[in-house]
Amino acid sequence: MSLALREKLIFDYSRPGRGARGQWPPVPAGAAPEGIPAGLERRTRPQLPEVSELDTVRHYTRLSQLNFSIDTHFYPLGSCTMKYNPRACNAAALLPEFAGRHPLAPVTHGQGFLACMYELQEMLKAVTGMRGVALSPLAGAHGEFAGVAMIRAYHRARGDLARDEIIVPQAAHGTNPATATMCGCVAREVAVGADGDVDLEALRAVVGAKTAGIMLTNPSTLGVFERRIEEVARIVHQAGGLLYYDGANLNAILGKVRPGDMGFDAIHMNLHKTFATPHGGGGPGAGAVGVSARLLPFLPVPIVERGAEQPLYRWLGERELPQSIGRLTGFGGNAGVLLRAYVYMRMLGREGMRRVGEYATLNANYLSARLQQVGFEAAYPQRRASHEFILTLKRAEQDYGVTAMDVAKRLLDLGFHAPTTYFPLLISECLLIEPTETESKQTLDAFVAAMAQILREAQEDPEQLHGAPHRLPVRRLDDVRAARELNLIYQEAGG
Amino acid sequence: MPFIPHTEDDEREMLAVIGAPSIEALFDEIPANLRVQSLEGLPSGLSELEVMQLMAARARADGRPLCFIGAGAYEHHIPAAVWSTITRGEFYSAYTPYQAEASQGTLQSIYEYQSMMARLTGMQVSNASLYDGATAVAEACLMAVRANRRSQAARILLPRSLHPHYRAVTLAMTLNQDLTFDTLPYVRDAGHMSVDSLAVHDGQDITALVIQQPNFFGVFEEVDALTDWAHARGALVIAVVNPISLALLKPPGEWGAKGADIVVGEGQPLGCPLSSGGPYFGFMTTRMQHVRQMPGRIVGATVDADGRPGFSLTLQAREQHIRRAKATSNICTNQGLLMMAGTLYLALMGAEGLERVAAASMARTAELVAALTAIPHVRRAFARPGFHEAVVTLERPVAPVLAALAQRGIQGGLDLADYYPELGAALLVCATETKTSADIDAYASALSEALRSARAA
Repeated sequence: MSLALREKLIFDYSRPGRGARGQWPPVPAGAAPEGIPAGLERRTRPQLPEVSELDTVRHYTRLSQLNFSIDTHFYPLGSCTMKYNPRACNAAALLPEFAGRHPLAPVTHGQGFLACMYELQEMLKAVTGMRGVALSPLAGAHGEFAGVAMIRAYHRARGDLARDEIIVPQAAHGTNPATATMCGCVAREVAVGADGDVDLEALRAVVGAKTAGIMLTNPSTLGVFERRIEEVARIVHQAGGLLYYDGANLNAILGKVRPGDMGFDAIHMNLHKTFATPHGGGGPGAGAVGVSARLLPFLPVPIVERGAEQPLYRWLGERELPQSIGRLTGFGGNAGVLLRAYVYMRMLGREGMRRVGEYATLNANYLSARLQQVGFEAAYPQRRASHEFILTLKRAEQDYGVTAMDVAKRLLDLGFHAPTTYFPLLISECLLIEPTETESKQTLDAFVAAMAQILREAQEDPEQLHGAPHRLPVRRLDDVRAARELNLIYQEAGG
Repeated sequence: MPFIPHTEDDEREMLAVIGAPSIEALFDEIPANLRVQSLEGLPSGLSELEVMQLMAARARADGRPLCFIGAGAYEHHIPAAVWSTITRGEFYSAYTPYQAEASQGTLQSIYEYQSMMARLTGMQVSNASLYDGATAVAEACLMAVRANRRSQAARILLPRSLHPHYRAVTLAMTLNQDLTFDTLPYVRDAGHMSVDSLAVHDGQDITALVIQQPNFFGVFEEVDALTDWAHARGALVIAVVNPISLALLKPPGEWGAKGADIVVGEGQPLGCPLSSGGPYFGFMTTRMQHVRQMPGRIVGATVDADGRPGFSLTLQAREQHIRRAKATSNICTNQGLLMMAGTLYLALMGAEGLERVAAASMARTAELVAALTAIPHVRRAFARPGFHEAVVTLERPVAPVLAALAQRGIQGGLDLADYYPELGAALLVCATETKTSADIDAYASALSEALRSARAA
């Protein structure tokens, strides 16, 4: 337990002449070595901290204690699938042979690693119902880029050059329209009906000869399953477009429904969500992509193939896949993340995979029911929750002036990470809540108790909520000032 | 059930609250014909003991060869404190710091990282990481097109001596955005690009010039003259640099009269294991005037409701979750944990430690090149000096020679035949501070023997 709720900057520990000398390699410092031509040398040292190993370890350990994390707190962040990150996955990925392997090492020095990658590709194919998988995209948005780039390459290969529109539902993740732009497409929004499903009439009106494809999550960002997905697929395919599955919500249906069976042509999987690799305070992720038969030739390189002779496993590159959209990463992808996901999938196996979708859904529906019992309003009460659900606080806002932000910040005081707030934009004053399957009933009950307390406070003491958080290292931060008076790097006093 | 804590009692009570007869009933909105019947192709589950035995066996199969490959990923010593600290659950299992009050540890670390990277590169602002060095170059090209308002052409000059994978990724990631790329040659026997060769582009509308220092061959470029040439023609300069080398080399912020405009690179040498290619992190720094065109997250210092200092994500109106189709990039998840590794590495090394790593790596590479070129018919390809990599040429094709070395547990470098066929039998080699004289001797004698037996065959 840290007594200090604040920690000074690493630069404040710095003293001239101090250093973690035991970590430095044994060579003389000072004058630049021979070989740097005149004029190319650095003239003044960069002002990096001069600190000891203990300074460094203590400082960053103290900083770590200012964070909420899955390991310390329930983290029901909708759309982010903050499930437990098993330790064995990390231990295996950091085995010295794996951690030390150079990305351009010969395949003869990598048959163990490549066997894991090949089997990971095969397992991801089996669980998504897709025909081919590439592991190289480095995050979800990078996988989206690969998917839309493949869709464009497909149309281009057929000489169908006018298709530059990507349809996204109103409630889509921001990465979807941003990806469409990065792929040189125009994003066109399609409305969602009152029941949470895509408005089919609106969809029929928007598809046409310019449609490259549609990007969908299913279950949608509204936390409900798109029931007429087969009809959506028919409409888009008949118009000549393809279907892209945003895998952000794959956890909801893992082992229960497969995107390939729903008619999707391209998908990305967030291995850092569904397959339990850590979020690391913002990354790394891994955004493996899967495709239907028609997009197979366009997968990004490299891909791992198993042959008949030794060495069994090898990389396929652009020479073997001449229609590929190309290389999207410096090397083969976030291999260490992929190894962690591989270990997780091997531990789950066939039965465990099915239970993920089942218990994620059980937890979400239970939590939704309990929160409605204590007085919260669900955005789609008539629908089954998927792995997540939305509460709307518009009544609390009207009655007591208490916002979703107030509730989120007060939850932090009570020892729970906040749910996702103000997304999707379609629902006013919303909280998007995703408990994941790794949380126990007892944790969920404690969360319900905290939410019930907050609702009482909203009625009796709304100031308590407006001012929250009260017990954290800082209270609400002045974001306007942060953006107006930009202070993005440390400057020494007087400097 | 791995990682699922529910008891039978829990499950029964939860279903009763929901009012559903079974878990299966919770999926009743999904059309029955879409439900998965079987998950063929998936093996059954393993215990932690079994999976660790499997992984240990696979790791053993890969072995721990002696590695002289560089080419954008470098084996450096990683202080033990780096990974023991960043794999603390509070860093490892936290999300992106959107809830600032519950994420001050991550946010302050990013602010410290931004400060260190700005100082190392001689720039004014940094983002909180991109995916890797290659995608950072692609993002820098797109950013330059937005930032250079004088230029209408969206034309970028890419040196042929840029890492070929960076070039490939840049082309693939900008394919549908109407950018034009022109290739700049390198001087055949020197390995750098000459300012004179740029004359063919005089009079063109050029948006940006990319300069990699040291370049893919490890050779130093004439960064001052190249930077001034570009600025004189209204082009921005995108510097692609190795962060370790900046302990000794002039930072991009001081290139030429005005300095580079955007600086990117691969952060892997700063505390990230080689790990078959990732996770690493891309870094990007720039001048304050371009900050609103920068992709990725940025942390700013501010104050809380009581006026006490704190940190939060800022300038978010550039990003996809706010700006959607008009965002500077679609990037969301970045490489946060690896950025943390870089931060701890830079803190532990400081400027002096970093100098030692850079100087030791240069010295080991010089020693390696001397040992290899002492072998008959092994020559340096380029006359110009370089950092901790060099190209050597052999008298016969490289691939079988590397295969023979690999059989003896030595990874002798990268065969350039596919990338630069004009160089003939050329091999890119690297030695960092991790290599001893004994390692270098072992490589040289193995190469000598492999060449001798190849000649005899």
